[in-house]
Amino acid sequence: MQKLMLLGDEAIAQGAIDAGMSGIYAYPGTPSTEITEFIIHSKEAQIRHIRSGWSANEKTAMESALGMSYAGKRAMVCMKHVGLNVAADAFVNSAITGANGGLIIVSADDPSMHSSQNEQDSRFYGKFAMIPILEPSNQQEAYDMVFYGFDLSEKLGLPVLMRITTRLAHSRSGVQRLASREQNGVKLPKNPRQFILLPANARRQYKSLLQKQDAMEEAGLNSGFNSYFDGPDKSMGIITSGIGYNYLMENYPDRIVPFPIVKIGQYPLPHSMISQIYNDCNELLILEEGAPVIEEMLKGFLNLGKKVKGRLDNTIPRDGELNPNIVAVALGKVDTRGKEIPSVVVNRPPSLCKGCPHIYSYNALNQALDTWSKGRVFSDIGCYTLGALDPFDAINTCVDMGASITMAKGAADAGLLPAVAVIGDSTFTHSGITGLIDCVNDHSSITIMILDNATTAMTGGQTSAAFGKIEDICKGVGVHEDHIIVLNPSPKNHEENMAILKKELEYKGVSVIIPRRECIQTAMRTLKESKKQKVGEPVN
Amino acid sequence: MKRDIILAGVGGQGILSIAATIGMAALGSGLHLKQAEVHGMSQRGGDVSSNLRIADHEIASDLIPFGQADLIISVEPMESLRYLPLLSDSGWLITNTKPYINISNYPSMDALMKEIDSFEKHIALNADDIAKDLGTARSANMVILGAATPFLEIPHDKIADAIRQIFTRKGAEVVKLNIDAFEAGYQFAISHMN
Repeated sequence: MQKLMLLGDEAIAQGAIDAGMSGIYAYPGTPSTEITEFIIHSKEAQIRHIRSGWSANEKTAMESALGMSYAGKRAMVCMKHVGLNVAADAFVNSAITGANGGLIIVSADDPSMHSSQNEQDSRFYGKFAMIPILEPSNQQEAYDMVFYGFDLSEKLGLPVLMRITTRLAHSRSGVQRLASREQNGVKLPKNPRQFILLPANARRQYKSLLQKQDAMEEAGLNSGFNSYFDGPDKSMGIITSGIGYNYLMENYPDRIVPFPIVKIGQYPLPHSMISQIYNDCNELLILEEGAPVIEEMLKGFLNLGKKVKGRLDNTIPRDGELNPNIVAVALGKVDTRGKEIPSVVVNRPPSLCKGCPHIYSYNALNQALDTWSKGRVFSDIGCYTLGALDPFDAINTCVDMGASITMAKGAADAGLLPAVAVIGDSTFTHSGITGLIDCVNDHSSITIMILDNATTAMTGGQTSAAFGKIEDICKGVGVHEDHIIVLNPSPKNHEENMAILKKELEYKGVSVIIPRRECIQTAMRTLKESKKQKVGEPVN
Repeated sequence: MKRDIILAGVGGQGILSIAATIGMAALGSGLHLKQAEVHGMSQRGGDVSSNLRIADHEIASDLIPFGQADLIISVEPMESLRYLPLLSDSGWLITNTKPYINISNYPSMDALMKEIDSFEKHIALNADDIAKDLGTARSANMVILGAATPFLEIPHDKIADAIRQIFTRKGAEVVKLNIDAFEAGYQFAISHMN
């Protein structure tokens, strides 16, 4: 079979289809989105009746996948690294319940924060939950590891975390497919109490998880994803994980490295390999993408023993992603660099699209708030976060999904009146509704703008769970009908919208304003597609 | 043989269509390929780039090392200069001269062109005007691809074949217009290489 050119994300998706997965659950988030998108658009996945689609948030996705695993089928759940924070309750407890059908959690980290608010390393979560972690170094491994991950999950009866990073997720390379296999049938867990985490059961399950730790490490010695490559020069040993290995090899064009190497693709770390390289070499260099997870484990708190070089001693910068040049410097090689960027080049930050409805929402809000002091607009995660930049300078916070409403509530409670929350439709159903219930129950004086563009825009226009439901949700949780107001954010409605906002800012209670107009990107896409269809129609 | 290529532009300008065409031609020539793309926030009108690596041997890193790129192919003049730290001393700069102005402090064209012209190894052409003259305003990227083709170490005909393959679904007329745009860029580069 010819190799497919796949993004790392797509390799995972194709692997899941071929490995007999029955369902995938996810909330979109860069750089993880393309895994689920690939399966949604895959004809093979449709033929195989694989359940795919977007969940309201990462927690609901994680729980649905766990439910499919309970029923005996293979399931996958995908998210970006910060999404794992949202799913954490279900994730950590899934290690205690264990899995029945194979269960893989994919978390895509974003070191250097290309499209994120932090660069947390998901391997900490895997270690915290005490489950196996797989960390592919290339697209082919990403594909192969899905097969292995489902097998490992079913063999150990545990969920498996697959951790990838931006440069693998969004880089394309050739992938050779394996023979595809059947899905599981429905089959309940052998132990009917496995998933009941009442204390008495949970204690038993936790002991069972502890007992599986040795088998987890053993598996990593035999899977082929952890390897020891010997080298003649024992002055230094190198431990690499994930795509760190590629940057190491890039520095040796003939691919012959003089130093011993341990290549890590699976956790828990293999003690025998780590001890061997430590005993054989004078010092160690750790090359890992993300946080110094392996490095901290080896150094320990007291940092006794042989020298361990990495991010903690500034051999490698403490923050940001790796690249071949950073690794070259760490290896004592000559760095290369072309000409510097001429001073004539200026920054070109991302901006709201021409004709974007958010522009007119912010123009109206800015003018409505004209008479008040600055610093009272709490916003959220989405395209509208770009309202922080010129020329809008319209928002003052962006922290985590849903935080706009609850932070505005806290500030209003503190006496900052009026306090405004600005949140998108998809973010509202992700994590905004519970905060709105707090506001209603507490009679908080806040004005909430739910910018409804009918899609999850920033990640490329995925279905929004809020579509067609926002007013009903607000009414349902107790917002008074008179203070649920829909606007059309456009230049010709500016004065009218501004006046409505101004009036609601004065209202002492919960007020929800819904500026509603379709995202300009999805609207243009729909237009293009309908034109295509017309062209395809017979002429008579 | 290896060709490390930085593709540069502004989010929404479609640099990935150039990457996809070169990628298809590379695969058709039995070469190895890695291509790192940009997704997410910066696609909204910000600066974007893609690392395209082609070689006759296995490729290790998804990212091109600084100072080692063989080519910068840019669909926008200011963006062509943003990636100079990646370009090797012997590398070529291929750029569109048609600016994409979505910021208030965009530099003057004179200052930009002075920087670009100071490069000995460069091809600068107004791909938008060339495409418009051919009656195919939307094919500016194919003009740029044509201008880059003499430097790719993939035969001209293989690139042309890839263009035909990619546009064949859209009909013979669209294929012809894109091939015309590609050829115009190619001829421009050939006559301006020295």
